[in-house]
Amino acid sequence: MTRSVPPVLPGSPPARKPPILSGIGGALRSGIAVGAGRIRDWWGEYPGTQLLAVGAVLAVAVWLGTTLSGNLARLGLTPGFEFLSRSAGFEIGESWIPYSAADSYGRALAVGFLNTVQVALLSCALATVLGLTLGVARLSSNPLLSRTVQVYIEVIRNTPLLLQLFFWSLTVHALPSPRQALAPLPGVFLTNRGLFTPGITATVAPLSGGVLLLIGLGTAGGLWWLLRRRGRPFRLGVSLGAGGGLTALLWAAAGPAWGLDLPRLSGFNITGGRTLSPEFVALWIGLAVNTSASVAELVRAGIQSVPRGQWEAARALGLPERRVMRLVVLPQALRVIIPALTSSYVSLTKHSSIAVAIGYPDLVNVLNTTANQGGHVLEAISIMICVYLTLSLITSALMNLYNHRVALRGETHR
Amino acid sequence: MLKKLKAKLLGAVAALSVGVGALAAPGVAQAGPTIDAIQARGTIKVGVGSPGPGFFNVDKSGRWEGFFVDFGRALSIALFNDPNKVEFITSSPQQRLPALQSGEFDILLSGVTQTFTRSHQLGFHFGPVVFYDGQGLLVPKKLGVTKATELNGATVCIQSGTTGELNIADFFRQNNATFKPVVIEDTNEIRKAFTSGRCDVVTQDSTDLAFRRLQLPNPDDYIVLPERISKEPLAPAVRWGDDRWLEVVNWVVYATLQAEELGITKENVDSFLTSENPTIRRFLGVDPALGQAAKLDPKVFYTIIKTVGNYGEIFDRSLGKASGLGFERGFNQSWTKGGLLYAPPFR
Amino acid sequence: MTAVAAAVDTPSALPPHVRAVPPSPVHQRLRRLWGGLFGTPLNSLITLVYIGFIAVVVWPFLDWALVKAVWVGNGDACRQAQGACWAFVADKIRFILFGLYPGPEQARSAAALLVMAVLIIATGLPALWRWPLLVAWGAGMAAVLILLGGGFGLTPVATDVWGGMTLSLLVFVAGVLMAAPLAVGLALARRSKMGGLRLLSVLGIEITRGIPFIAVLYAATLLFPLMLPAGAAVDKLLRAQIAVSIFVAAFLAETLRAGLQAVPRGQYEAAYALGLSRWQTLRRIILPQAIRTVIPGIVNILLNVFQDTSLVLVIGLFDFLNAARVAANDSDWMGRHDEAYAFAALVYFTLCFCGSRYSLWLERHVSPHRHDHR
Repeated sequence: MTRSVPPVLPGSPPARKPPILSGIGGALRSGIAVGAGRIRDWWGEYPGTQLLAVGAVLAVAVWLGTTLSGNLARLGLTPGFEFLSRSAGFEIGESWIPYSAADSYGRALAVGFLNTVQVALLSCALATVLGLTLGVARLSSNPLLSRTVQVYIEVIRNTPLLLQLFFWSLTVHALPSPRQALAPLPGVFLTNRGLFTPGITATVAPLSGGVLLLIGLGTAGGLWWLLRRRGRPFRLGVSLGAGGGLTALLWAAAGPAWGLDLPRLSGFNITGGRTLSPEFVALWIGLAVNTSASVAELVRAGIQSVPRGQWEAARALGLPERRVMRLVVLPQALRVIIPALTSSYVSLTKHSSIAVAIGYPDLVNVLNTTANQGGHVLEAISIMICVYLTLSLITSALMNLYNHRVALRGETHR
Repeated sequence: MLKKLKAKLLGAVAALSVGVGALAAPGVAQAGPTIDAIQARGTIKVGVGSPGPGFFNVDKSGRWEGFFVDFGRALSIALFNDPNKVEFITSSPQQRLPALQSGEFDILLSGVTQTFTRSHQLGFHFGPVVFYDGQGLLVPKKLGVTKATELNGATVCIQSGTTGELNIADFFRQNNATFKPVVIEDTNEIRKAFTSGRCDVVTQDSTDLAFRRLQLPNPDDYIVLPERISKEPLAPAVRWGDDRWLEVVNWVVYATLQAEELGITKENVDSFLTSENPTIRRFLGVDPALGQAAKLDPKVFYTIIKTVGNYGEIFDRSLGKASGLGFERGFNQSWTKGGLLYAPPFR
Repeated sequence: MTAVAAAVDTPSALPPHVRAVPPSPVHQRLRRLWGGLFGTPLNSLITLVYIGFIAVVVWPFLDWALVKAVWVGNGDACRQAQGACWAFVADKIRFILFGLYPGPEQARSAAALLVMAVLIIATGLPALWRWPLLVAWGAGMAAVLILLGGGFGLTPVATDVWGGMTLSLLVFVAGVLMAAPLAVGLALARRSKMGGLRLLSVLGIEITRGIPFIAVLYAATLLFPLMLPAGAAVDKLLRAQIAVSIFVAAFLAETLRAGLQAVPRGQYEAAYALGLSRWQTLRRIILPQAIRTVIPGIVNILLNVFQDTSLVLVIGLFDFLNAARVAANDSDWMGRHDEAYAFAALVYFTLCFCGSRYSLWLERHVSPHRHDHR
């Protein structure tokens, strides 16, 4: 929804915290805090008006709630979440966890949720890569390139996402059948049955594989932290090397636990490897492309927001152009880019709910089926609202954590 | 100062609520059961599916026509003596049941299958079955499949929110086979997915499949497999809580069946007005007792037959020979001719 | 990050203001163009790749869309042709613009569309930003509702068949009109010292902003009717409208809050010193400045809202995009989805592109901060 960087206004007070957290937190704090001054503030100058407004909102909420429960009772429906343990009875096309029609509604929702998370994460990643590339290309001195990127951005930003998703869905369905599959890379097949990529076959349990990976990551992270006073290239090399080395060693010790599973043509279809369904691919590309346009604009605005004096000063110090960009401009640009990037990620996650229109089994899709087959409208919508709210909050919290880190580096003029 | 401000604020609040009230007023009907709401509103709201040939369609001038639409018009005649006091509201399969629950329409005539769960868990009453269907499987001939049981491992396109989603899962489980579902909401999107080769099989009510097949670029390259993997009795659905409305629906449907049993059609209905047969006299309202008992116009069934015709005519016009779809009556034939349709006595 | 650094490192990628810009007569300009195209190996490579891109992607598209296209004819003519079938769009244009609105009455739908378009354009002119504009909006919207719904001698038309571009615009315009007062209230409440109001406003804004638009739509269409007494029913369109306005209000409120924060404290103090009441201060001094500051932001939000109105198709309304999609299912034309989507994209693009250009223009001409930073 949010289209552009929130305007940075002169005179606006420094934003101390993520808006959501500071908002809710602030209000809660002031709401709960004791102390006569606080309470007087809380009630404000017009306690009557406030009481009236709050009372009216509460009254309406209570009235709607009672009518709702009355209506549900009249229709013979008892709201509640015990249905989650009942058997769902429908199949879901793609899933990260084993699922069949005999499993419960709860598990079906978990499948939908994981699918939402999958598409949101992968789209954010792709959107960032695309957006960074485009944002930089937008500033290219080659007029053809910068103009093309400009046209791309305008087209994407000025057409509805839903329309773009329909387009990608059509495009993906128009890909050749498995027999005539496109193979852009060895082991990768593009067909109207989906995108087939090499998979990893694990003869060890996925859990112990995960443990192995965690050990590696833990080692690398730990070293990264321990060596925080050392120079950056040294630190990166040592920690990654040690983490990777340890993982490789453990892997070798455990025996060749993993192999590569290449997709291959058999009969009418392609078997083996990992499959990404066409619906997923359409949604993934659609969301990523849509968001990449705003990311590109953010990157451009971010780089341009660094005052000219910074470039000149850096050059005057004799820094080569490479370093001017990396050491002076980018760190400052990031501070402008990241808060806005957060809202792009949040809105991407929310927009992934449009998946329902092109048939990707995301959370909303599964919830729709649940509401429809079992009649749990109230429960389905409540779950939908809670899950997306939580996802939005987590995304902004994570990004704010990162933002906080970046912002601390320099002076805090914002 | 403070008082003045408060007064102003209150005034603003009052003005706002009046405004909101005025805005909401046209849509708010008086409280009461369905039939009162319909009468207060002056139209019946009928839920149908997205337009397509056969069951519900929109002609060039924007007028609704089709098999289920005709029953909606018959209901409108029953309550208002006018086939046009009815609004048809499209609703996707995923939304139609919650929408009926929430009162978006008074009756759902969109080819809903009558099931136990829908009666008990969703709180719906079903009227008489107006169309007996069964779920079928449409496959390309080049797949070389002749029996449904040979479809192990196939990718199947299904419409979301239908009983089809559950039936196909049951079917494959019964046969210890697996399949890959591609669940799509819109029937036209399903057709695109199928023709582009996204899925090997489409499963839907077999009537739907039959005319979906006709709409494919080369219908002869595809077959509907002979098996019916489920029973799909399509019936009008209404909410719990208004028995009288349900009875109006019941007897309007029965009237179209009764007329066919009696051989009364749109064309010849007038000639029956002089009939001495007491059943016919009661049915057509020459003898007004029935209509009065139901608090309806005594000639209501006469007007319905005169306007939309009997069941056979409705069927032929939208699905049968006259429609170009050319469906056989099958089970949807009067019991007197070996079908399942049977009207209780009008007395 | 390193990827960016590497890519930006080349001098060619520096932002324009960093490069020295010499005064440029024609030949110098040409030289610069040549330099831009082939000046460095990277630029030459980009140019060549670009030419390849035109040959592979752009030309086949133009070939399909223009050269081999069928402009007049019927389904058969299109089936034989290899290009786009614009004849289909021409044939179904009334359905795409007006949806299921009954044929003989479509002139009314067109008139309503026109009224809304004129009002929107008039609102775009800063010279007209005075109170008569509000009156015009009130009268105009009343006219639109009467035109579409009937009454005063016009045949009544139920809201269920309103559709096409008229519906898209109506949902947008009415949604924003209903959202505006709510947004002002929410923004003020969030800035208020009164904890209860602030808590309500924060919860309202953040919950709405944290969930997808279609969740709000579902709640409004499926849940809201269950919250009303038995038998009472609010029109589906009105419910969708309420959902849109709640959603818009949350986003507008946040933007407005930024505007309110930008008004210096001195303005309040000066107003009080002049003896203006709190209400007068707000209405005459603070709000005008706050709104003026954030007008470009508001226009951007509105453009997004207009695009997002296309989502009402998930609850079964026949808005412009859905009408175009359904039109493509016409069996006479055999699934002309490419053309339907291309046409819809063209229309949306034209409208929104004009909107975003307008927003830039407005930013230069109206925003009080046009001379500030950078």
